Amino acid sequence: MDQFLQQMVNGISLGSIYALIALGYTMVYGIIKLINFAHGDVYMVGAYVGFAVTTYAQMGFFPALIISILSCALLGVIIERVAYKPLRASTRIAVLITAIGMSFLLEYVMMFFVGAEVRSYPKVLSDKSFRLGEIMLNMQQIYIIATAIVLMVLLQFIVHKTKMGKAMRAVSIDQDAAQLMGIKVDRTISFTFALGSGLAGAAGVLVGIYYNSIDPLMGMMPGLKAFVAAVFGGIGSIPGAMIGGLGIGIMETLVSGYGNSMYRDAAVFAFLIVILIVKPTGILGKNTKEKV
Amino acid sequence: MRALTKKNFMILGSIILTFAIVQGLLAAGILSKFYEITLATICINIILAVSLNLVTGFTGQFSLGHAGFMSIGAYVCAIINMNMKSTSGFLLGLFAGAIAAAFVGVLIGIPTLRLKGDYLAIATLGMAEIIRVIFLNMEITNGAAGLNGIPRFANWLWLFFFTVISVVFINNFIKSSHGRACISIREDEIAAESMGINTTKYKVMAFAIGAFFAGIAGALYSSYFYFLKPDLFGFMKSVDILVIVVLGGLGSLTGSVVAAVLLAVMTTFLQSFTAVRMIVYAALLVLIMIFRPKGLMGDKEINDLLKFGPKNEKIE
Repeated sequence: MDQFLQQMVNGISLGSIYALIALGYTMVYGIIKLINFAHGDVYMVGAYVGFAVTTYAQMGFFPALIISILSCALLGVIIERVAYKPLRASTRIAVLITAIGMSFLLEYVMMFFVGAEVRSYPKVLSDKSFRLGEIMLNMQQIYIIATAIVLMVLLQFIVHKTKMGKAMRAVSIDQDAAQLMGIKVDRTISFTFALGSGLAGAAGVLVGIYYNSIDPLMGMMPGLKAFVAAVFGGIGSIPGAMIGGLGIGIMETLVSGYGNSMYRDAAVFAFLIVILIVKPTGILGKNTKEKV
Repeated sequence: MRALTKKNFMILGSIILTFAIVQGLLAAGILSKFYEITLATICINIILAVSLNLVTGFTGQFSLGHAGFMSIGAYVCAIINMNMKSTSGFLLGLFAGAIAAAFVGVLIGIPTLRLKGDYLAIATLGMAEIIRVIFLNMEITNGAAGLNGIPRFANWLWLFFFTVISVVFINNFIKSSHGRACISIREDEIAAESMGINTTKYKVMAFAIGAFFAGIAGALYSSYFYFLKPDLFGFMKSVDILVIVVLGGLGSLTGSVVAAVLLAVMTTFLQSFTAVRMIVYAALLVLIMIFRPKGLMGDKEINDLLKFGPKNEKIE
């Protein structure tokens, strides 16, 4: 039982990171119906920005987090403007392929500049750990879970209480109607990318701290898994992405804890295929009827 | 005899001509051993691209898991061939690999092909990833270290032979009534269904044929490069194949062939700059989509381009 609770704690910290990445996927999908494959690589860039800030500028955790969020938000907007905006009218497959291209571009440009080797993050948080009964909880996990919760609350506030959030929701329901009501659709889409990419940047720093190692190809797998999380929770739904992220994180730690950690990734994808077949709309997704 | 029409003669003639030219260049030593590898890559990539084009370009089912089928063909052929070190063992392995890939294709196709667009892409991606993890954990495939010392029976002759077979088979399939059914699914699935086309059947059929030829390509790969490891067949490989298809044009076999040749030549020249090669690759993909989303050939075949021109060029 203790081991189970310990696995749950680990799963929740991993899951909060997935949830932060999944939020970006789900928001972008909700607004322009695109699986933004480059999202996982934005998160990788976030990790490197955090690395640079803590290593070379000797700053602490919070400045690194904020700088990383801001630079990733900017990167997200640039990617959207350069690669996706010219394709607003093309087929969805064309945009999807562009997204894959963008993902590779980010990875290899990064590899070109920083090299392919794995780097280790400096210690920005203490290793102190606490005991709650038989469960070990370390400082890093507390920071990860707390940061994730704060950012998610902030996101909920932006989406539900601000004017821009209202515009985002309007555009995701009906782009043309929103435009007719005087909403600047392009600006809203850019804002969505900025929000999602900022969260991915935060996730990058958190992962760097948690796993203590980063490399230019680190974004691919977590990116795909976060997408699975978004689908599991119901793509397009923000609370769904949070639940999905936590679910996938817990599932992954349980599979590695009790089964074979080699099959961890396969389990996540098998789970995805099962969800897609049984309930493609996910837990909280809306059911849309197909019309001719 | 209807088989001996003028058109078929020309196709046969151009195939023999292509073969003779390359063989001549090889014999004369103009194409060195180093370029022979490029030739093999071209052949394998043509088979992969043409088979993926059938699924994605003609049937309109976006698959990101082609490398998974390739790996099945590669491993099955390699394992059989290592136990039966002869040409017949190689051929047996090749067909067993292709059939195994097609079987898995049907098995996975039936449930996942109900999904559409991006969801199908993600499901096929997940499937390829699962196949890779399974190979990574199996005893017989020697896990992450991979299989070494697979006997080499595939040579330029076999590669060329199977490339021609694949292209001709898929070309004829597309021209058949089954092929037209597949194209109608791409154009409008609901309309096709209401015209009485069993869309699931044709989607699975295209998927299985695509997987079959991907299996052949994998088998040739394993036999020619005599080394296999699961990481060779990751997401990157599937994207590589997709880039060829997209660059050539979704729905153009000629395009796939041309793009496979172009990209292999480009890769050979950029061999010493791996990092730059990948950047060029990625940038190319984005730029094609922005400026020419139809790819080099669009959905035109070489025959369409030569309607008014000279007729003695290579026809696939």
